[in-house]
Amino acid sequence: MTEEQTNLTIDNPKMSARDVKVFYGEKQAIKGVSIDVGMDHVTAFIGPSGCGKSTFLRTLNRMNDTVASARVEGEITLDGENIYAPSMDVVQLRARVGMVFQKPNPFPKSIYENIAYGPRIHGLAAGKADMDVIVEKSLRRAGLWDEVKDRLHDSGTALSGGQQQRLCIGRAIAVEPEVILMDEPCSALDPIATAKIEELIHELRGRYAIVIVTHNMQQAARVSQRTAFFHLGDLVEYGVTSDIFTNPRQERTKDYITGRYG
Amino acid sequence: MAEHTIKAFDEEIDRLRGLIAEMGGRAEAAIENAMLALQRQDKKLAAEVVADDKRIDAIEAEVEKLVIQVIALRAPMANDLRDVIAALKIVSVVERIGDYAKNIAKRVPLIATNKRTLEPIALLPSMGQVAGEMVHDALNAFAARDADLALAVIERDTVVDDFYNSVFRTLVTFMVENPKTISECAHLLFVAKNIERIGDHATNVAEMVYYAATGQTLPERERGADIQPED
Repeated sequence: MTEEQTNLTIDNPKMSARDVKVFYGEKQAIKGVSIDVGMDHVTAFIGPSGCGKSTFLRTLNRMNDTVASARVEGEITLDGENIYAPSMDVVQLRARVGMVFQKPNPFPKSIYENIAYGPRIHGLAAGKADMDVIVEKSLRRAGLWDEVKDRLHDSGTALSGGQQQRLCIGRAIAVEPEVILMDEPCSALDPIATAKIEELIHELRGRYAIVIVTHNMQQAARVSQRTAFFHLGDLVEYGVTSDIFTNPRQERTKDYITGRYG
Repeated sequence: MAEHTIKAFDEEIDRLRGLIAEMGGRAEAAIENAMLALQRQDKKLAAEVVADDKRIDAIEAEVEKLVIQVIALRAPMANDLRDVIAALKIVSVVERIGDYAKNIAKRVPLIATNKRTLEPIALLPSMGQVAGEMVHDALNAFAARDADLALAVIERDTVVDDFYNSVFRTLVTFMVENPKTISECAHLLFVAKNIERIGDHATNVAEMVYYAATGQTLPERERGADIQPED
């Protein structure tokens, strides 16, 4: 079993990680991961709990900065620019690399305000009319407009779980990101709401580089074109999704995706 | 190979493999008995081969049902997926192999009604034996997930093809010299063609075994024995 067969690089990567290590205090959570993420593909990170996939995802927009004990080594670039460089504006970075979390977390404000908040603080709208356009466009892209256009000033928290999650995706889209990170975006949703999110991911592909962490291997198979399998802090295998699920190269990948893990 | 976390999945895969092993064993026996019946002009044995084919058909239906169930309920991945897909394809091929053996058996009474000795019959048992061994090895390769054994089966197909060409020429010559045997010889030609097709199908099984074992497909190859128009 060699791990060098795993193809780590792609043409025109949007983001590149090289030998990234993450430590929580003494404990090493990520053991030197190198991977490229592109615009043309949805990339899925899979692996058992504790494998480091979410930790690694969070390095891509420096969410680990908020964890006091976390330390990141190695290099991560966005369009060739080191995102851990001292000159990097983290607020700006997180607008360019948006994130959607496991549990829908709309602000306790109106649907409209949930979308408008980001563009306002980033100064993306010149006035009310401009903001209306951004809100409508973002909600349309999030596949939510038709369901909420008549109640934009109702509270975002009054929506169903699936609608709340699409609102959060709309909120991420509103600041015109280049990359969207999704950390198990469907694990709190029912199958129909899940299917709507998956369809949305499919529609957003190509416009944004999308990286999704999922526990659900079928979901990875359905929504992604590239799959990365993480295990115990290692990137074990990264490849074309249909290859990973029909003919994985690594024994550990095979055991995990066929349900033979531990 | 490690066991699945879900034990029932392993039980289903085991059952699937058990059914295919039984089916392969029965197809192999059908070929052997059909050739024996032909050689000994044993109508009773031939009738048994025809009757036993029903069990082969039944196993095919059972495997199809089980594969659909496994895909629907277990969502198999990687080598598991390749195994169940190969199983599904293999049973439809083995069912055809059973049909060819049955077809040979059905011709036995038509040939046995004539007491005259048909010399070319003597050529067929060894041809049948090679084809039967190919079936045997192809299914053993599936049971053992043995890609090398599968390749060895594929290489042997030319032996059966060469046999067929030789039998064909012999029978044509024999018919020219003994026009009264044309009816029986025509049946023997079909028997030879059936055996040749069994070899092709064993090759198909071996190709699927190779895919299931390695995840790689073999390049497309020439299939079947081409009759040379004139030598």
